[in-house]
Amino acid sequence: MSSLKISGAEAVIRSLIEEDVNLIYGYPGGAIMPIYDELYKFQDKLNHVLTRHEQGATHAAQGFSRVTGNVGVVMATSGPGATNLITGIADAQIDSTPMVCITGQVASHLLGTDAFQETDIIGISTPVTKWNCQVTKAVDIPIVLAKAFYIAKSGRPGPVLIDITKDAQFEMMEYSYKKCYSIRSYNPIPDYSLDMIKRASKLIDKAKKPFIVFGQGVILGNAEQEFKEFIEKTGIPAAWTILGLSALPTDHRLNVGMVGMHGNYGPNVLTNECDLLIAIGMRFDDRVTGNLSTYAKQAKIIHMEIDPAEINKNVECDVPILGNIKSTLPILKSLVKNNSHDNWLNEFLNYYNIEFSKVIDKEINPSKKGLTMAEVIKEINLSCKGNAIIVTDVGQHQMVTCRYAKFNKSKSNVTSGGLGTMGFALPAALGAKMGAPNREVVAVIGDGGYQMTIQELGTIFQTNSAVKIVVLNNDFLGMVRQWQQMFFEKRYASTELVNPDFVAIAKGYYIEADRVTKRKDLKSAVNKMIKSKKPYFLEVKVEKEDNVFPMIPTGASVSEIRLE
Amino acid sequence: MNSLKQTFTVSIYTENNIGLLNRISAIFLKRHINIESLTTSQSEIDNIFRFVIVVNVSEIMIKSIIKQINKQIEVISSFYHTDKETIFLETALYKVKSKSLFDEKHIQKIIKNSQANMVTVSPNYFVIEKTGWREETEKLYKELEPYGLLQFVRSGRISVSKEPMNISNILGLNTDK
Repeated sequence: MSSLKISGAEAVIRSLIEEDVNLIYGYPGGAIMPIYDELYKFQDKLNHVLTRHEQGATHAAQGFSRVTGNVGVVMATSGPGATNLITGIADAQIDSTPMVCITGQVASHLLGTDAFQETDIIGISTPVTKWNCQVTKAVDIPIVLAKAFYIAKSGRPGPVLIDITKDAQFEMMEYSYKKCYSIRSYNPIPDYSLDMIKRASKLIDKAKKPFIVFGQGVILGNAEQEFKEFIEKTGIPAAWTILGLSALPTDHRLNVGMVGMHGNYGPNVLTNECDLLIAIGMRFDDRVTGNLSTYAKQAKIIHMEIDPAEINKNVECDVPILGNIKSTLPILKSLVKNNSHDNWLNEFLNYYNIEFSKVIDKEINPSKKGLTMAEVIKEINLSCKGNAIIVTDVGQHQMVTCRYAKFNKSKSNVTSGGLGTMGFALPAALGAKMGAPNREVVAVIGDGGYQMTIQELGTIFQTNSAVKIVVLNNDFLGMVRQWQQMFFEKRYASTELVNPDFVAIAKGYYIEADRVTKRKDLKSAVNKMIKSKKPYFLEVKVEKEDNVFPMIPTGASVSEIRLE
Repeated sequence: MNSLKQTFTVSIYTENNIGLLNRISAIFLKRHINIESLTTSQSEIDNIFRFVIVVNVSEIMIKSIIKQINKQIEVISSFYHTDKETIFLETALYKVKSKSLFDEKHIQKIIKNSQANMVTVSPNYFVIEKTGWREETEKLYKELEPYGLLQFVRSGRISVSKEPMNISNILGLNTDK
């Protein structure tokens, strides 16, 4: 490979281009200025989006990654710039989102002197990164960045942080780039055992009431098709975790809904009645399992998972199948019989009918005066026909949206699952729109979380990204208020919000905006928003004290799910 | 699986990397587990380092921790062993006033019986070293304490496992040279 002498800063940019990066979210500052100076020279190849806060940059990169499957790239300066990334990095770590964050650092001779804007970002980010590394010599930049991209996207993906001292950015070096394809101490995709797959196939053929719970592993492994073929051959009902949502079309006859705290009635109750539980690309989060000591104790458990650390972490399984499900599912499919479980599937349907009459019908076809969150989602479904990317924040609106939104395509549900990061949605929606510019992107956000990253309206306006923003405003931190009502005798400690004029704020950012307070105006307002080719803001005033049901109270068993 | 707490020796083979110690200790910190002792050194393979960490946890917990340690990019492999499965030692140093050695004849007997080594003797103090199990170094500590210890320090545990750990195989190296 030919080499040329360039600065470390230019090596950063050239390395990013080698990794097919064309979009960066970030925020400049003193310690990263040499890199920004090179970005200026390469702006025909690399689009840098200036967010209004570094946290917004991380969530935008996450949104981009979740809809494209590519690595999201973030840049920030040292000190506060770097520390502001931490929430997004932690979110990406727990939700397995590939991300490379590049931070500037004070010059290496100043390390440890409490220099201006010095912070130990390697120490701070260690527990929330898949890998991190500080670079103090320009010559290491291409090697470390190649490793960073390889680690971020291989195996179970995750965030990587590279901290580059300012002197390394200035230093001249002989540049050449070699992509990284392996690291001897790192085994991203552990080998599967054919014997385990055979054992699993026998359990599946024998099972009378098999049940699948699938997670984001199906999406991250690009295994949607393999997954669909597997369930269609075996006829096994399949329920999703919040991050598995959209991997299987909502209308698929074997899609029986969501598991977990606010999931559907059938899949939760029947978790404790199935005779075989097949967990595919999911990690038995406590919001999914409820009380572990009563979780699916009657069932044999097959766990298909890429990360060995997840095997037997929360739920002990009978048959672990390591590896990428894109490889293992087709083998398993080839070994199992064609089957159907119509009576068993009907049990899910029966539970759905109970849930429909007790909860769903009242939510999507309400007779009370106040607007419900679910009827807003129903209108979005009707308007977008299940083809939109739906981005949610955290709280009641998130649970309602995931319960009621319709999806035809994978990689269409973008939400903060594991970390539960309020403020995620607005910047993530920007990233999603930039990652999938030809698709409709609708952000559904609560009035609380919206105000945590509301400044990113500025980024949406500046980039003219046609994100549709729906704020479901109940003037409360609704989920916390619901818990206060149910478990703290209605002591509403610090959950009521006195809100500003959201429409005026959006208009202040030159974003077209509307407000709906009456049911009769909802449909036309949603349709007008979806028809718009520009960024659009819609506030919907919803019932103040509505609760999300069903609900599994903390510590209860999945079968103790409450409908009211 | 045993949920009772017991002593485990964790052996971790790693690439040499700044920050790896932080990454490994964070795994214990996150679970609110106290590290009883920690030693790091060169291993039997060039440029491969070895951590020896002693913790008191349940077997369920140590299995989960080992998997999390193995997940770290620069960790080649890690293992856990019970005391029965390893050969382990600690070293202790005892600094005592030289005057005691001459005034209290009993000290000489203690040193002789404990099979400790005299490391250095100076007009003011002498230093003895004892390598062995915790009970042995502690016994000597208790015996010397009445005569006035100027300083006492004990190393972390070092340990080799009875069963092979096959790191060379994992790395595809042949060490039977």
